[in-house]
Amino acid sequence: MGMFRIFDISGSAMSAQSVRLNTTASNLANANTVASSPDAAYRSRQPVFQTVMNNSAGAAAPESAGVRVAGVVETSAEPARLYDPGNPMADKDGYIYMSNVNPVDELVNMISASRSYQSNVEVLNTSKELLMRTLSIGQ
Amino acid sequence: MALNINTQLDLNARALGIANQRLELLADNVANADTPGYKARDIDFRTAMQSAGSGGDLGLKATSKGHMQLDGIAGPNTATPMYRVPDQPSLDGNTVDSQRENAAIAETSVRYQASLTFLSAQIRSLREAINGGR
Repeated sequence: MGMFRIFDISGSAMSAQSVRLNTTASNLANANTVASSPDAAYRSRQPVFQTVMNNSAGAAAPESAGVRVAGVVETSAEPARLYDPGNPMADKDGYIYMSNVNPVDELVNMISASRSYQSNVEVLNTSKELLMRTLSIGQ
Repeated sequence: MALNINTQLDLNARALGIANQRLELLADNVANADTPGYKARDIDFRTAMQSAGSGGDLGLKATSKGHMQLDGIAGPNTATPMYRVPDQPSLDGNTVDSQRENAAIAETSVRYQASLTFLSAQIRSLREAINGGR
Protein backbone atom coordinates (compact mmCIF):
# COMPACT_ATOMS: atom_id res chain seq x y z
CA MET A 1 0.00 0.00 0.00
CA GLY A 2 1.46 3.27 -1.24
CA MET A 3 1.21 5.68 1.63
CA PHE A 4 2.78 3.30 4.11
CA ARG A 5 5.97 3.14 2.06
CA ILE A 6 6.75 6.72 3.03
CA PHE A 7 7.06 5.51 6.62
CA ASP A 8 9.65 2.95 5.54
CA ILE A 9 11.54 5.47 3.41
CA SER A 10 11.67 8.23 6.03
CA GLY A 11 12.28 5.70 8.78
CA SER A 12 15.32 4.31 6.95
CA ALA A 13 16.67 7.83 6.51
CA MET A 14 16.15 8.61 10.20
CA SER A 15 17.99 5.47 11.19
CA ALA A 16 20.84 6.28 8.77
CA GLN A 17 21.12 9.82 10.12
CA SER A 18 21.18 8.55 13.69
CA VAL A 19 24.05 6.21 12.77
CA ARG A 20 25.81 9.35 11.48
CA LEU A 21 25.09 11.16 14.76
CA ASN A 22 26.41 8.13 16.65
CA THR A 23 29.72 8.13 14.77
CA THR A 24 30.00 11.88 15.32
CA ALA A 25 29.49 11.39 19.06
CA SER A 26 32.09 8.62 19.09
CA ASN A 27 34.57 10.77 17.13
CA LEU A 28 34.11 13.79 19.36
CA ALA A 29 34.39 11.66 22.50
CA ASN A 30 37.70 10.29 21.23
CA ALA A 31 39.03 13.59 19.88
CA ASN A 32 41.65 13.77 22.63
CA THR A 33 42.56 10.10 23.13
CA VAL A 34 46.23 9.28 22.72
CA ALA A 35 48.02 6.10 21.74
CA SER A 36 51.62 4.87 21.79
CA SER A 37 51.74 3.94 18.08
CA PRO A 38 50.17 5.38 14.89
CA ASP A 39 48.32 2.09 14.28
CA ALA A 40 46.70 2.14 17.71
CA ALA A 41 45.62 5.80 17.43
CA TYR A 42 41.89 6.45 17.12
CA ARG A 43 40.83 7.27 13.58
CA SER A 44 37.72 9.25 12.78
CA ARG A 45 34.84 7.01 11.64
CA GLN A 46 32.44 8.10 8.90
CA PRO A 47 29.30 6.30 7.67
CA VAL A 48 28.78 5.74 3.92
CA PHE A 49 25.19 6.17 2.73
CA GLN A 50 23.71 4.18 -0.13
CA THR A 51 20.33 4.29 -1.87
CA VAL A 52 18.30 1.10 -1.52
CA MET A 53 16.96 0.14 -4.95
CA ASN A 54 13.84 -1.98 -5.04
CA ASN A 55 13.43 -3.69 -8.42
CA SER A 56 9.94 -5.03 -7.99
CA ALA A 57 8.51 -7.07 -10.86
CA GLY A 58 6.48 -5.09 -13.36
CA ALA A 59 7.90 -1.72 -12.37
CA ALA A 60 8.93 0.39 -15.35
CA ALA A 61 11.87 2.00 -13.55
CA PRO A 62 13.72 0.71 -10.51
CA GLU A 63 12.10 2.25 -7.49
CA SER A 64 14.25 3.37 -4.69
CA ALA A 65 13.08 2.69 -1.20
CA GLY A 66 15.06 4.78 1.20
CA VAL A 67 18.66 4.80 2.26
CA ARG A 68 20.94 2.53 4.21
CA VAL A 69 24.37 2.71 5.76
CA ALA A 70 26.60 0.71 3.43
CA GLY A 71 29.43 0.73 5.95
CA VAL A 72 31.44 2.77 8.37
CA VAL A 73 34.94 3.67 7.15
CA GLU A 74 37.89 5.01 9.08
CA THR A 75 39.50 8.11 7.61
CA SER A 76 43.06 7.72 6.39
CA ALA A 77 44.54 11.01 7.65
CA GLU A 78 47.79 10.47 9.59
CA PRO A 79 47.45 10.85 13.37
CA ALA A 80 49.41 13.80 14.73
CA ARG A 81 52.64 12.95 16.63
CA LEU A 82 53.40 14.87 19.80
CA TYR A 83 56.55 14.87 21.92
CA ASP A 84 55.41 14.26 25.49
CA PRO A 85 57.90 12.05 27.39
CA GLY A 86 56.02 12.47 30.67
CA ASN A 87 52.88 10.83 29.26
CA PRO A 88 52.42 7.20 30.39
CA MET A 89 51.37 6.33 26.80
CA ALA A 90 54.61 7.70 25.28
CA ASP A 91 56.69 5.32 23.15
CA LYS A 92 60.40 4.72 23.75
CA ASP A 93 61.34 7.99 21.98
CA GLY A 94 58.86 9.97 24.07
CA TYR A 95 56.19 10.47 21.39
CA ILE A 96 52.43 10.05 21.72
CA TYR A 97 49.97 9.78 18.82
CA MET A 98 46.78 11.83 18.85
CA SER A 99 43.54 10.79 17.14
CA ASN A 100 43.01 12.25 13.66
CA VAL A 101 39.54 13.61 14.53
CA ASN A 102 38.86 17.14 13.28
CA PRO A 103 36.34 18.60 15.76
CA VAL A 104 35.20 21.29 13.29
CA ASP A 105 34.32 18.66 10.66
CA GLU A 106 32.48 16.65 13.28
CA LEU A 107 30.41 19.59 14.50
CA VAL A 108 29.43 20.46 10.92
CA ASN A 109 28.49 16.82 10.38
CA MET A 110 26.42 16.87 13.55
CA ILE A 111 24.44 19.92 12.45
CA SER A 112 23.91 18.47 8.98
CA ALA A 113 22.75 15.13 10.40
CA SER A 114 20.32 16.70 12.83
CA ARG A 115 18.84 18.95 10.12
CA SER A 116 18.38 15.97 7.78
CA TYR A 117 16.78 14.02 10.62
CA GLN A 118 14.39 16.90 11.21
CA SER A 119 13.31 17.12 7.57
CA ASN A 120 12.59 13.40 7.55
CA VAL A 121 10.48 13.72 10.69
CA GLU A 122 8.65 16.55 8.93
CA VAL A 123 7.92 14.34 5.89
CA LEU A 124 6.75 11.56 8.17
CA ASN A 125 4.41 13.88 10.06
CA THR A 126 2.95 15.28 6.83
CA SER A 127 2.17 11.85 5.44
CA LYS A 128 0.79 10.69 8.77
CA GLU A 129 -1.55 13.66 8.82
CA LEU A 130 -2.68 12.93 5.25
CA LEU A 131 -3.28 9.28 6.14
CA MET A 132 -5.37 10.22 9.15
CA ARG A 133 -7.46 12.53 6.99
CA THR A 134 -7.85 9.81 4.38
CA LEU A 135 -9.17 7.47 7.05
CA SER A 136 -11.91 9.92 7.92
CA ILE A 137 -13.02 10.39 4.30
CA GLY A 138 -16.76 10.76 3.67
CA GLN A 139 -17.61 11.54 7.27
CA MET B 1 -28.66 11.27 -17.11
CA ALA B 2 -27.62 8.07 -15.45
CA LEU B 3 -25.53 8.57 -12.37
CA ASN B 4 -22.37 6.50 -12.36
CA ILE B 5 -20.70 6.47 -8.95
CA ASN B 6 -17.41 5.33 -10.49
CA THR B 7 -17.12 8.28 -12.85
CA GLN B 8 -18.31 10.61 -10.12
CA LEU B 9 -15.54 9.71 -7.74
CA ASP B 10 -12.97 8.75 -10.34
CA LEU B 11 -11.17 12.01 -11.03
CA ASN B 12 -10.37 12.87 -7.44
CA ALA B 13 -9.45 9.29 -6.64
CA ARG B 14 -6.89 9.43 -9.45
CA ALA B 15 -5.60 12.76 -8.24
CA LEU B 16 -5.14 11.20 -4.79
CA GLY B 17 -3.19 8.31 -6.30
CA ILE B 18 -0.86 10.58 -8.24
CA ALA B 19 -0.34 12.93 -5.29
CA ASN B 20 0.49 9.88 -3.21
CA GLN B 21 3.02 8.64 -5.76
CA ARG B 22 4.61 12.07 -5.91
CA LEU B 23 4.82 12.30 -2.11
CA GLU B 24 6.56 8.94 -2.09
CA LEU B 25 9.17 10.12 -4.60
CA LEU B 26 9.72 13.35 -2.66
CA ALA B 27 10.09 11.42 0.60
CA ASP B 28 12.69 9.33 -1.18
CA ASN B 29 14.55 12.46 -2.27
CA VAL B 30 14.58 13.85 1.27
CA ALA B 31 15.71 10.49 2.64
CA ASN B 32 18.63 10.45 0.22
CA ALA B 33 19.60 14.10 0.67
CA ASP B 34 23.03 13.02 1.97
CA THR B 35 23.65 10.02 -0.29
CA PRO B 36 26.51 10.63 -2.75
CA GLY B 37 25.51 10.21 -6.39
CA TYR B 38 21.76 10.08 -5.73
CA LYS B 39 19.68 11.72 -8.48
CA ALA B 40 16.50 13.44 -7.30
CA ARG B 41 13.32 12.32 -9.08
CA ASP B 42 9.91 13.87 -9.46
CA ILE B 43 6.75 13.58 -11.56
CA ASP B 44 4.89 16.32 -13.35
CA PHE B 45 1.43 16.47 -11.80
CA ARG B 46 -0.30 17.93 -14.86
CA THR B 47 1.11 15.40 -17.34
CA ALA B 48 0.37 12.56 -14.93
CA MET B 49 -3.25 13.66 -14.56
CA GLN B 50 -3.65 14.11 -18.32
CA SER B 51 -2.33 10.65 -19.12
CA ALA B 52 -4.49 9.16 -16.36
CA GLY B 53 -7.52 11.07 -17.61
CA SER B 54 -7.26 10.17 -21.30
CA GLY B 55 -7.32 6.50 -20.42
CA GLY B 56 -4.80 5.88 -23.23
CA ASP B 57 -2.53 2.99 -22.60
CA LEU B 58 -2.70 3.33 -18.86
CA GLY B 59 -6.24 1.98 -18.48
CA LEU B 60 -7.10 -1.63 -17.78
CA LYS B 61 -7.91 -3.73 -20.84
CA ALA B 62 -10.46 -6.52 -21.14
CA THR B 63 -8.59 -9.23 -23.06
CA SER B 64 -11.11 -12.01 -22.60
CA LYS B 65 -14.87 -12.34 -22.73
CA GLY B 66 -14.85 -13.38 -19.10
CA HIS B 67 -13.43 -10.05 -17.98
CA MET B 68 -15.72 -7.50 -16.43
CA GLN B 69 -16.47 -4.26 -18.21
CA LEU B 70 -14.01 -1.73 -16.98
CA ASP B 71 -15.66 1.49 -18.16
CA GLY B 72 -15.11 4.31 -15.77
CA ILE B 73 -12.65 2.48 -13.59
CA ALA B 74 -9.33 4.20 -13.15
CA GLY B 75 -6.23 2.79 -14.74
CA PRO B 76 -3.16 2.31 -12.60
CA ASN B 77 -2.33 5.57 -10.88
CA THR B 78 1.27 5.70 -11.94
CA ALA B 79 3.38 8.16 -13.82
CA THR B 80 6.93 7.79 -15.03
CA PRO B 81 9.33 9.58 -12.69
CA MET B 82 11.84 11.93 -14.30
CA TYR B 83 15.22 13.04 -13.03
CA ARG B 84 15.35 16.59 -11.83
CA VAL B 85 17.79 19.08 -13.35
CA PRO B 86 19.73 20.55 -10.41
CA ASP B 87 19.96 24.31 -9.93
CA GLN B 88 23.62 23.94 -9.11
CA PRO B 89 25.76 20.82 -9.31
CA SER B 90 27.28 19.43 -6.14
CA LEU B 91 30.66 17.78 -5.79
CA ASP B 92 29.33 14.37 -4.72
CA GLY B 93 26.86 14.08 -7.63
CA ASN B 94 23.77 14.42 -5.43
CA THR B 95 21.01 16.49 -7.04
CA VAL B 96 18.63 16.78 -4.07
CA ASP B 97 17.72 20.36 -3.18
CA SER B 98 16.10 20.30 0.28
CA GLN B 99 14.30 23.61 -0.20
CA ARG B 100 12.72 22.50 -3.45
CA GLU B 101 11.74 19.15 -1.95
CA ASN B 102 10.10 20.81 1.04
CA ALA B 103 8.20 23.23 -1.16
CA ALA B 104 7.06 20.39 -3.42
CA ILE B 105 5.97 18.32 -0.41
CA ALA B 106 3.93 21.24 0.93
CA GLU B 107 2.33 21.75 -2.49
CA THR B 108 1.52 18.07 -2.97
CA SER B 109 0.13 17.78 0.52
CA VAL B 110 -2.24 20.70 -0.15
CA ARG B 111 -3.31 19.10 -3.44
CA TYR B 112 -3.90 15.82 -1.62
CA GLN B 113 -6.02 17.52 1.02
CA ALA B 114 -7.97 19.40 -1.65
CA SER B 115 -8.76 16.13 -3.43
CA LEU B 116 -9.77 14.60 -0.11
CA THR B 117 -12.12 17.50 0.59
CA PHE B 118 -13.71 17.24 -2.87
CA LEU B 119 -14.06 13.49 -2.53
CA SER B 120 -15.65 13.86 0.91
CA ALA B 121 -18.12 16.40 -0.43
CA GLN B 122 -19.03 14.13 -3.34
CA ILE B 123 -19.55 11.18 -1.04
CA ARG B 124 -21.68 13.34 1.22
CA SER B 125 -23.85 14.51 -1.65
CA LEU B 126 -24.23 10.95 -2.99
CA ARG B 127 -25.27 9.85 0.47
CA GLU B 128 -27.72 12.71 0.58
CA ALA B 129 -29.20 11.52 -2.72
CA ILE B 130 -29.42 7.94 -1.48
CA ASN B 131 -31.18 8.97 1.72
CA GLY B 132 -33.51 11.29 -0.16
CA GLY B 133 -32.60 14.25 1.99
CA ARG B 134 -33.78 12.62 5.23
